[in-house]
Amino acid sequence: MNHSRAELLVLRSKTKTMRWHRPALSESSFRKILSIAGVFVLLLLVAIFFSLGIASFPSIRNFGIRFLFSSTWDPVKSEFGAFPFLVGTLATSFLALVISVVFSIPISIFLGEYSAQGSVATFIKSMIELLAGVPSVIYGFCGLFLLAPLVRALEVKLGMAPYGVGIFTASLVLSIMIIPYSASIGREVISLVPSDLKEAALSLGATRFEVIRKVILPYAGSGIVAGVLLSLGRALGETMAVTMVIGNSNFIPKNIFSPANTLASVIANEFTEATGSLYLASLIELGLVLFIVTTIINLIGKLIIRRMGVGE
Amino acid sequence: MKEPWIRRRILWDKLFKAVIILLTFCSILPMLFILFFITSKGISVINWRFLTHLPKPVGEMGGGISNAIIGTFILIGIATAFSVPIGMLVGIFLSEDRRGRLASLTRLCVETLQGIPSIVIGIIAYIWFVVSTGSFSALSGGVALGLMMLPVIITATEETLKLIPESLREASLALGVSYPRTILKVILPAGISGILTGILLSLARVAGETAPLLFTAFGSPFMGLNILKPINSLPLMIFNYATSPYPEWHTLAWGASFILIVLVLGLNLFTKVVTKRWKVQF
Amino acid sequence: MESAVLKIENFSAFFGENQVLKEINLSIPQNRITAIMGPSGCGKTTIIRCINRMHELIPDAKVSGKIFLDSEEIYATDAIIVRRQIGMVFQKPNPFPMMSIYDNVIAGYNLNGMKLNKDEKDKIVEESLKRAALWEEVKETLHRRGTFLSGGQQQRLCIARALAMRPAILLLDEPTSALDPKATSYIEELIVQLKDAVSIILVTHNMAQAARVSDFAAFLYLGELVEFGPTGRMFTAPKDKRTEAYLTGKFG
Repeated sequence: MNHSRAELLVLRSKTKTMRWHRPALSESSFRKILSIAGVFVLLLLVAIFFSLGIASFPSIRNFGIRFLFSSTWDPVKSEFGAFPFLVGTLATSFLALVISVVFSIPISIFLGEYSAQGSVATFIKSMIELLAGVPSVIYGFCGLFLLAPLVRALEVKLGMAPYGVGIFTASLVLSIMIIPYSASIGREVISLVPSDLKEAALSLGATRFEVIRKVILPYAGSGIVAGVLLSLGRALGETMAVTMVIGNSNFIPKNIFSPANTLASVIANEFTEATGSLYLASLIELGLVLFIVTTIINLIGKLIIRRMGVGE
Repeated sequence: MKEPWIRRRILWDKLFKAVIILLTFCSILPMLFILFFITSKGISVINWRFLTHLPKPVGEMGGGISNAIIGTFILIGIATAFSVPIGMLVGIFLSEDRRGRLASLTRLCVETLQGIPSIVIGIIAYIWFVVSTGSFSALSGGVALGLMMLPVIITATEETLKLIPESLREASLALGVSYPRTILKVILPAGISGILTGILLSLARVAGETAPLLFTAFGSPFMGLNILKPINSLPLMIFNYATSPYPEWHTLAWGASFILIVLVLGLNLFTKVVTKRWKVQF
Repeated sequence: MESAVLKIENFSAFFGENQVLKEINLSIPQNRITAIMGPSGCGKTTIIRCINRMHELIPDAKVSGKIFLDSEEIYATDAIIVRRQIGMVFQKPNPFPMMSIYDNVIAGYNLNGMKLNKDEKDKIVEESLKRAALWEEVKETLHRRGTFLSGGQQQRLCIARALAMRPAILLLDEPTSALDPKATSYIEELIVQLKDAVSIILVTHNMAQAARVSDFAAFLYLGELVEFGPTGRMFTAPKDKRTEAYLTGKFG
């Protein structure tokens, strides 16, 4: 490249002038735009809360606090009560939680302590990620066609009514779905236990099992609890899989094999057929209750995690 | 010679390890079952007709899922258009303002938003869009999905940008580049990998969502290209067909499930490949 | 008498209540290399960051006094305009990792939205890389990413990037402290050659480097300008006791 001296001089003076032009968007305007974006999110949440509140107001005004304790759900008589669904939600979620913890804590220990690196760990980690990635409707589909027949056979054996669907089936499906959430957080807190604590115990002659029981689990305990809380939050709000295998009954379930409905599943089942504003308002009130409960549980879980200093 | 009580402790140790390994590997069995069944039942249904034809009424053979596939893409397109610009802006806001009151409040709202059950998001979109316009629409469904993508994109953007070293910003500012330009042309491109991961992962998640669409997009037997009208999507179709009493429709649902799983897992895989390629080393 | 390109008058800088620079009065001669030396915490990095107005990016930072570039008062002009006329090279090389070598050099124009056609850009890139003694090594790979270069090459790339803006002054903040000795001496030779085109202010904690490279030296201690003069004289016959103590290694 051969540039004549004249060309270079022209370029020099051009670039010198160019350095004097002022930027189009000023810093303060840009910062204002960013703040507006932040305010937008704030307003969004406030709007969500108020929309739910306002839309469910006819039901709140009509039933008051009785709504939460009444077990009648009768669209014909316009009598609505949330109690059957609270029972259904709590029963399925807690049962699912108990079942999932049996698997997610061992996974956390396995990946956090025994096998943190290597191809086996990568394989298990990918499988757990896959579990979290499968859409809810597919879990429901498989639950309905693969699991329900098995449960039906079990019910026949036990001499119970062969529904196949019900709280038990829904809890089983739900437990599989929430395993990844507590497993990954549990794994992180366990891997964060300082190695000098573990080595101190080992050098005193403790077996691996004893180190896990007496050093790791106490240390990581609250983090594991937080992970479990987060998976509870997930379970409470889970809709499609539960809707497909819970049996769609608006009565308080009698036992673990009874069909039932959760807050989420009754909304899913009846929302589009709801005639009359009170019916719709009651369904929306169920949504409001669900919103409040899951928010509280999620925030408590996140608070514990943040206290433990675990990176997300 | 080991004393008996040491031997007992060693036994417990070995037993514990065996139980842990057993339970861990048991927990991945359901995944393998699901993948196996969907593939075996679904793959036989897949053919060119299936992918390109509209669904047929009950009783008629044939019929396909073309409108569901197109619908899924339209819905996630709307969701992306809505959530990506806003999400990135909020993410930039949060990464630039670590301590301010507005920022802390916003962070709290983002966390809350993330935990909202999908059916409740559906109710919100219903109240805001379906009630006001008087009709189910792809737009309302897309916005619902966008609301679900938003917190993930915000968090991914914030966390990615926080990791970018200060030296990059200084290099740009020392050249006389204005603050907005520094953020948009230097910092943001440096974090493109992490941000893209957040976007693609949230996309993969909402592609499989049904609940928020039940009373927003609602579903339709027709090919929907008008975003102000109801539209079908793969998860909606699977739900409707699987819970119907017709065996022909169950078979179609297996096929549709196979396509959906391929789409979702494919997106996840694509994310891993893409972000590795675009990752910027500091 | 040397003509001054930069005049610092009664200049003080603060971090909140903490005063880090105390009433500095200094004239930086044109087309010469001025070293600013002193022990850690003396304010030498602060003072050059005040010259290109990067100091004010820190919250709670305050300044008082005046700095004149040619005849303009820096603090009365838009900070962005000032920074475009003063180049800075940092201690740790920081080329833009997403950009090619070519784009790194021309970054000052691209990022600022200054329009140039391809020919003009090519000219600037070639000239800047030649002046930074990097042209021969990278001319075949201009469009590869800058992060593939060695530490010394990356620093020369940063120098080229600063030079491309044709600044009146080049600020070098301990530019070789992160580099190996071979790269260091390469850059020191380069700095000496550059003074015909720009006036250079070199902050260094390495006295030997200051002695090797600079024409003038300023000694800063606890935020005060203790002494300023030609390098040769400073090192052989320092006027102030504190300067002598520092140069003979009594404190670091």
